[in-house]
Amino acid sequence: MADVKKSDLEFLMKALRDMVLIRRFEEKSAQMYGLRKIGGFLHLYNGQEAVAVGSVAALDLKKDYILTSYRDHGHALAVGMTPDSIMAELFGKITGCSRGKGGSMHLFDAERHFLGGNGIVGAQIPIATGVAFKQMYTEDGGVTLCFFGDGAIHQGAFHESLNLAKIWNLPIVYIVENNHFGMGTSARRISSVQDFSVKAAGYDLPGKVVNGMDFLDVYEDLKEIANEVRKTGTACLVDLKTYRYKGHSISDPAKYRTKDELEQYKKQDPIVQLKSQLIEAELLTEEAFKELDNEIKDIVQKSVDFADKSEEPALHTMYEDILA
Amino acid sequence: MAEIQMREAIRQAMDEEMARDENVFLIGEEVGEYNGAYKVSKGLLDKYGDKRVKDTPIAELGFTGLAVGAASVGLRPIVEWMTFNFALLALDQVVNSAAKLRHMSGGQLKVPVVFRGANGPAEYLSSQHSQALQSYYVHVPGLKVIAPSTPYDAKGLLKTAIRDDNPVIMLESEMAYNWTGEVPEEEYLIPFGKADIKRTGKDVTLIAHSKPVRMVLEAADRLAEMGIDAEVVDLRSLRPLDEETIYRSVRKTNRAVVIDESWPMASVGSHVGWLVARNCFDDLDAPVEFVHSEDVPMPYNHTLELAVQPSVDKIIAAVKRVTYKE
Repeated sequence: MADVKKSDLEFLMKALRDMVLIRRFEEKSAQMYGLRKIGGFLHLYNGQEAVAVGSVAALDLKKDYILTSYRDHGHALAVGMTPDSIMAELFGKITGCSRGKGGSMHLFDAERHFLGGNGIVGAQIPIATGVAFKQMYTEDGGVTLCFFGDGAIHQGAFHESLNLAKIWNLPIVYIVENNHFGMGTSARRISSVQDFSVKAAGYDLPGKVVNGMDFLDVYEDLKEIANEVRKTGTACLVDLKTYRYKGHSISDPAKYRTKDELEQYKKQDPIVQLKSQLIEAELLTEEAFKELDNEIKDIVQKSVDFADKSEEPALHTMYEDILA
Repeated sequence: MAEIQMREAIRQAMDEEMARDENVFLIGEEVGEYNGAYKVSKGLLDKYGDKRVKDTPIAELGFTGLAVGAASVGLRPIVEWMTFNFALLALDQVVNSAAKLRHMSGGQLKVPVVFRGANGPAEYLSSQHSQALQSYYVHVPGLKVIAPSTPYDAKGLLKTAIRDDNPVIMLESEMAYNWTGEVPEEEYLIPFGKADIKRTGKDVTLIAHSKPVRMVLEAADRLAEMGIDAEVVDLRSLRPLDEETIYRSVRKTNRAVVIDESWPMASVGSHVGWLVARNCFDDLDAPVEFVHSEDVPMPYNHTLELAVQPSVDKIIAAVKRVTYKE
């Protein structure tokens, strides 16, 4: 575990703030889903905050790109998309970041280089490989981070993509956001290996294991990995160990794991960990944290108000945003 | 005007667009060192180097998805699928990514990619290598689909496709690669959504696309000897479809035969047939006839193979039916 005293305080406070924002946003989304203001699928990120926040902090989004799956609220907030535009999208309003066309699973911000928000398990892997291809082709010095779950790694698209990344020297970091379950199926039951980093060797690529429950671990490890990839053009596969507190999606009661297991992981809560480290180093007080938390809750509530007040898309918009 | 092969017309289009825009690149199996499985991309690797002409491993889903990703951030890939039979492996990336990234992102992204390759039966290749799969793509909003039947059409349509900011599917035909036709020296583009009257006539409208167009024109010559003057509408652009040209022709001739080398159910031909029946109902003097492949997987045996597909005889028989000359 890295030492908070070695990092810039403003930087750490931003990280803490971003993680709290994700946590409170997800809690509010679940509530809104219960009130039927959000429909369909809702895949929550509670517990995995350090992954999104730590990774984004390691990048320069003017050059770099991020892609992920449908569990995308955390990444969307981490790159700086506004809670207003995301909540409005969840509510299906025209003011949503995808104009009500996508919903929870399809958050995108082209300007911030966040390319979704992809619904088909593993489909983002070849796409991200293509984004890295562009970076190689134009020699723009960027890297691409491609997030996918421990369920997705068994898709053929993963195999094909890593081979392409190796033969063409594509600057991409493939990150398995390993929360140990693909929907309700434990990786233990359906995976030939439990340490996914070893799969990289099959493509003559480096593989790493990273602790996804600690912001500084994620940040420092990914920064090193991204810089190496940026320098050498050799892709890397990262098994990022994390945990989701909620079910696969809102309709999943997560009966496939024990309360004990959940409690064990909550002891490593990324927000609590960073907060405790900062308090112990006397860089933060409980009161200051409470203030920050209240501020965040307010922002999240305001995003609900914004979404509530926003207009539904007019019917004719169904014909828009299809062809350029 | 030069008389060139279809494969040369396609190659010229790619060459000219690659010279014009450095973001255009070609990617596919055997497109580089082998000069193309059907020699369509001959010489392009020598001219542009291996940065812009990428020989891929056999990984359709992977390299198709890669092309979609590259297009979404500003490059303009041309993906060559050796045949559309193999393209099925990449269908998820075409239907769920290429056709939907713009929509899912609320218009933020665009995917300027061309997917091209040989579609439909060649000969002696049996069922897995002989499928005409345009239905799979024509069905999907977010895609454009073109089907040239001449070198002139191929070059003009492909140039338009490469400059189009959307995913475009171009259907070629292995057996048509050596067909020749006149192509102007000067640059020209053919817009999408415009069918082409390949033969004017007044007695019956024959509507076709892709390789069957040549056979339809042959049938029209034979029909002329029989005193039947056929008008041949070459669709060229399947999505968007040029309905106006189709209806204008049928309103003139009052009879329609649709020809499609695909299987009948849920085909381009069956849909066009319905459109004509519905929109030209008052102008039709006979039901719309539909000439298509037999609803069977393609056999290897050549006699069976030819009997499965549309033929000049089958087209003539259909025309006799709509003109009540059976």
